[in-house]
Amino acid sequence: MKKKVKASLILENGTVFNGNAFGYIKETVGEVVFTTGMTGYQETLTDPSFAGQIVTMTYPLIGNYGINLEDNESDRPYLKGFIVRENCEVPNNWRCEMNLEDFLKQHKVTGLEGIDTRMLTKLLRQNGTMKGIITTRELTKSQIEQKFNTYTNKNAVREVIKDEPYFINGSGTHFAVLDCGIKSGIIRSLANRGCKLSVFPAYTSAEKMLSVDPDAIFLGNGPGDPLDLPEVVETVKELIASGKPILGICLGHQLISLALGCKTERLKFGHHGGNHPVKDLASGTVYITSQNHNFVVSDLTEDVEPTFINVNDGSIEGIKHKKLPIYSVQFHPEANPGPLDTGFLFDRFIKTVEEVKTHAQR
Amino acid sequence: MPRDNSIKKVLVIGSGPIVIGQAAEFDYSGTQAVESLKEEGVEVVLVNSNPATIMTDIGMAHHTYIEPLTLDFVEKVIAKERPDSIIAGMGGQTGLNLSCELYDAGILDKYNVRVIGTSIESIKEGEDRESFKELMERTNQPIVESDIVTDVESAVEFAQKVGYPVIVRPAYTLGGTGGGIAENEGVLREICTQGLHLSRVGQVLIERSIAGWKEIEFEVMRDGAGTCITVCSMENVDPVGVHTGDSIVVAPAQTLSDKEYQMLRSAAINIINSIEIKGGCNVQFALDPNSYNYAVIEINPRVSRSSALASKATGYPIAKVAAKIALGYNLDEIKNAVTGKTFACFEPALDYVVLKFPRWPFDKFFGAKRKLGTKMMATGEVMSIGKSFEAALLKGIRSLEIGQYGLERKSSKTRSLEELKKRVVSPDDERLFDLAEMLRRGYKTEKVCQITKMDLFFVDKIKRIVEAEEELKTMSVSDFTEQSLKYYKEKGFSDKAISNFVGCKPPEVYALRKKWDIMPVFKTVDTCAGEFEAQTPYYYSSYDTENETRISNNKKVMVIGSGPIRIGQGIEFDYCSVHCIKALKKAGIETIIVNNNPETVSTDFDTADKLYFEPLTEEDVLNVVEVEKPDGVILQFGGQTAIKLANFFDEMHIPIYGTLPEQIDEAEDREKFDAVLEKLGIKRPKGKGVWDVEEGIKAAEKLGYPVLVRPSYVLGGQGMEITHSEEELEKYLVEAFEKDKKNPVLIDRYLGGTEIEVDAICDGEDVYIPGIMEHLERAGVHSGDSISIYPPQTISEDIKKQILDETKRIAIALKVIGMINIQFIDYKGELNIIEVNPRSSRTVPYITKVTGVPVIDIATNVMLGTKLKDMGYGTGICDIPGVVAVKVPVFSTEKLPRVEASLGPEMRSTGEVLGVGYNLENALYKGFIAAGMTVPKAGSTIIATVRGKDHEEFVKIAQKCSNMNCSFIATSGTAKALKNAGIDCKVVKKISEGVPNITDTIRSGVVDLIIDIPKKANDTNSDGFKIRRTAIESDLTLITAMDTLNAMVNVMEKNINKDKLDIFDINADMR
Repeated sequence: MKKKVKASLILENGTVFNGNAFGYIKETVGEVVFTTGMTGYQETLTDPSFAGQIVTMTYPLIGNYGINLEDNESDRPYLKGFIVRENCEVPNNWRCEMNLEDFLKQHKVTGLEGIDTRMLTKLLRQNGTMKGIITTRELTKSQIEQKFNTYTNKNAVREVIKDEPYFINGSGTHFAVLDCGIKSGIIRSLANRGCKLSVFPAYTSAEKMLSVDPDAIFLGNGPGDPLDLPEVVETVKELIASGKPILGICLGHQLISLALGCKTERLKFGHHGGNHPVKDLASGTVYITSQNHNFVVSDLTEDVEPTFINVNDGSIEGIKHKKLPIYSVQFHPEANPGPLDTGFLFDRFIKTVEEVKTHAQR
Repeated sequence: MPRDNSIKKVLVIGSGPIVIGQAAEFDYSGTQAVESLKEEGVEVVLVNSNPATIMTDIGMAHHTYIEPLTLDFVEKVIAKERPDSIIAGMGGQTGLNLSCELYDAGILDKYNVRVIGTSIESIKEGEDRESFKELMERTNQPIVESDIVTDVESAVEFAQKVGYPVIVRPAYTLGGTGGGIAENEGVLREICTQGLHLSRVGQVLIERSIAGWKEIEFEVMRDGAGTCITVCSMENVDPVGVHTGDSIVVAPAQTLSDKEYQMLRSAAINIINSIEIKGGCNVQFALDPNSYNYAVIEINPRVSRSSALASKATGYPIAKVAAKIALGYNLDEIKNAVTGKTFACFEPALDYVVLKFPRWPFDKFFGAKRKLGTKMMATGEVMSIGKSFEAALLKGIRSLEIGQYGLERKSSKTRSLEELKKRVVSPDDERLFDLAEMLRRGYKTEKVCQITKMDLFFVDKIKRIVEAEEELKTMSVSDFTEQSLKYYKEKGFSDKAISNFVGCKPPEVYALRKKWDIMPVFKTVDTCAGEFEAQTPYYYSSYDTENETRISNNKKVMVIGSGPIRIGQGIEFDYCSVHCIKALKKAGIETIIVNNNPETVSTDFDTADKLYFEPLTEEDVLNVVEVEKPDGVILQFGGQTAIKLANFFDEMHIPIYGTLPEQIDEAEDREKFDAVLEKLGIKRPKGKGVWDVEEGIKAAEKLGYPVLVRPSYVLGGQGMEITHSEEELEKYLVEAFEKDKKNPVLIDRYLGGTEIEVDAICDGEDVYIPGIMEHLERAGVHSGDSISIYPPQTISEDIKKQILDETKRIAIALKVIGMINIQFIDYKGELNIIEVNPRSSRTVPYITKVTGVPVIDIATNVMLGTKLKDMGYGTGICDIPGVVAVKVPVFSTEKLPRVEASLGPEMRSTGEVLGVGYNLENALYKGFIAAGMTVPKAGSTIIATVRGKDHEEFVKIAQKCSNMNCSFIATSGTAKALKNAGIDCKVVKKISEGVPNITDTIRSGVVDLIIDIPKKANDTNSDGFKIRRTAIESDLTLITAMDTLNAMVNVMEKNINKDKLDIFDINADMR
């Protein structure tokens, strides 16, 4: 028996889970969510969409193949805490460069292991997403309350974005990308297809983005509630007005929808995992997709039609504008982690932009 | 697409008898398919030769034919039933091959039967070696490069192209003789030269070696619209080199990063998309542990052992969904039965670890070559579910019923480190324990990985268990604190293991757990890791916080299953457990099943009201009892596995339905049972337990030769022999006492009479016998290995009356409530009793089907307190049908190198088939054919070598063959006997007489039948043993008992025209 540092997770509804701390040991507060992906913990850890959240892995053995320097989805983890049933101390894989615990320590992420993660998952499913505190000490009721009351994730996007724009050269379609916390996977998916990318941090003006004369606009994923980003929605409206094709994934999809007058609402406990069936309404084919969102687009306006729906709960997973070249999806065709089945959407996106371009040139 | 309504009547083909590589998993998938089709209003026609299955139950399919799985007989079924469709992928490789044959022979066209689900063209693309190669090229999928060469130079050239090492496999030699791995050109030249020489056709297969790569499997599904999903990934703990059926398998894959996982997942989906699978498919990959390189090993376009495992591991019913897809449904139109809300179109997420362990038959076949390789040898398997790898591993080990509760194994402990190292490199069934022993002695973990190629992840987990075991060894029971005991329980150690290591009794550990409330909780297998609310009542235990079982106030009964399939305890017991559950459900009682075999129908989550997938040990079963608090448990249907628990339940004051432990003990304890018989005045062969050679010889003199001898401490006929002389007996006794001085050897008078078997139901007052079964082979052949005939053909009315009378008296005297199985010998008109089993037996499914009596249903109701007479079954015996039904055993000996192939007192068969006809010969004919034997025609060539004492009997039978123009080839002694009787024959050399000898003649392919009546079995050095092995390895029909031979010759004499044989729908035609 090895000595471990005891720690607990305290939920908003008063439930306490006792386990052991690992990684960087420091008290942390966040919105507790779970993801059902059985592989891809490294991508999850470094996905900026999880900023401000405490992520619970439902699969019990995490860290088995360690961490490598290639599979990060951003420069570092932005999440507030990481809960696993069992952290693997002796990982093995030909690409393994360090173990999970050291990675968490390095990036100051608090880990909690040894709790009944299934019970926690079921609680979140039944009660909806809740705030939680991971702590190694006894907290008084008022301390707990104070921590919950001061927690906010409204500025998540500001925390994850870079200060300056950056550019990736390419001979293909030129995208102006609005980065609200975009995963490297999306950037890579576009760059690998030869696209030229001008990546601007969120809150950049439409004017500045359009100044690089892109062929199209791309909005990627990011953390938090889209309703907390009214300035960005305004920017998207201006971008739409420019007549450029606009494409979006995840938060980008939600921002586009809001800009088009649709609504977004909070899901009870979100979709997080790599096994979500999504139906392509045009072909009838169902794809298994990677998903990571707490909010969903609803109440489509007349000009907007759904392109994909979720087979499980019927929620909207993709839209297009009936007249304008605007397309977006809620799920993650870039995967990382998750199934690669919808990677073709990037080709479809690019083709659409190229068609608009050719048309315009004529 | 919604259901295709033009499909009205579907033919389902089963997988036939249980053999190694094709076991109960196809009863599970077949049963699911049949029920899934019925749900959609389809009329189902079923053909399967295996009577021990649930799928062949009366009333399961609309029309059920227990007939040989050959082209002729299946054509008869098609001609009679005229199904409009056939589903090919539900009956394993047998069903798949047969469907292809029906297609190729134009039979499907002739009767307008269309193939639903995956098409024959698609199947062939995946199955045929060449088209598979082409398919892989077309879809850009890498395979293991290989080439067939006929000279050494081509081999060297190929090896230079793909790189060393390469594997050399000579064509048409069995057990891989002459093959090997070549690390360089020099070795390749050597092995190849030898291989070419040994191969009958002068060919060897050269293959790039991928030994040591990770072996990963995916279970994938695709519907008619092209939607694909993967149900489950599985990783073999043993890397490429050991057959996946002989590997420890873990689900989901543990050591793959998301990049690797998605790469293989996408490859699997691309493959099934390009051959347009409609249903389920298994794809096997080898993955280089040091790069992204991989190779597709094979695909199986059907349900399989792996798909059964995947279904149980995830809760996703693959066969059921595949059947719906065959009817036209798309995946997003099929409800997920587990959640009741979501659809079949998703990928299960697991929040636990599943392990599968093979169960090998080496405890029965101790002479067998145990080295594992590319040919499967396991007869069965267990599955375990845990929150950690360690917990699942320990659960799995104790589920195997091999006397292991931890990783410390006696045999491994005695081996030197050098020996252990050698053994783990060339694995056998004890590799896990040998490897653990090395780690225990401080051998480097990394080095173990290097020499075994096992992933460090797994080896490290094993090491952690070993370390915990070593910690426990330093403790005593008083050292435990609440925290430390909890730690070991969470790790997965059973009370028994803990007590073994700390040196106390399990109840002491249990008492501490009670004191500190360290009890497991039960978690649900729900396909979705808790994301959706689930309705499945499918549970596993874990030392965790939240218990998820919902306990009702209903009357409930717990049924204990029979665990892994092994020699002597097969699918028959699962049949019984499932029927017991059905009967209980019908009686309005809530049912709980505990079992650990993933292949079975009993562990389908919708069989019982609640399924606990747990080891069948005292502690694990008690855990369930303490949570569920059932009104009682039923042990009679789970074979010895369940019966073993009787005394424990009694001690724990858990009510047992049916015969009580005390009475069970009375039947199983030789002395107590003798006393019962004495009191009743019922005869049994005289016998004595002896403690040394001299005493034995004296006893035998008194009893008179031949005598039946066996060690007293084993069950199931193991080590049992018939000795005919003092010399033979002395040899046996010397060996037996050398092995074990502490236990007596039992010597019984051997009565070479007709063996008779009954299964009976007793309610304490009355006894009902569904039927009397007569064994074709006289006593001395294990009852499980002899051909069983119903109704009996040679037994007099007097004896029948006596059987009825004695059965009744024994059952009443033993206070049997429920099932009893009794074996008798009719020796020269005198009835002797040889064995009593106070439980359901292996013949129950057979007798149920041939008599139409719902045996288990009645027995279950009797156990619940209903009287036989109130059910309309008085005393006495069921009416006899107008047909004869024979049960013929099927062996897998050809798959087990160095295992004896002759019939004897030790059971060796793995499965059985049924033959039904209007007379005995017709029934036997079908039984032989169904069992894969050839009934020789007039004019055949027969090779014979018969022990001296049987010459007289043999010559009489040989005369009949001779009259049918058969020619004989015989070894000198037998030839002399034949010639003396005026039967012409060619003499062939014995093996010791040089070449060409009898084995060469057998291999040459000129022989139709081989008769080898041995003097003594199990002597691997004897000529006879080698002849028998050669015969079965050459896939020829071998007969080793005079009675079997006689029956076969009688069948030959009938000159049966199979075109004229009737087929029987057991739902309608048996009376």
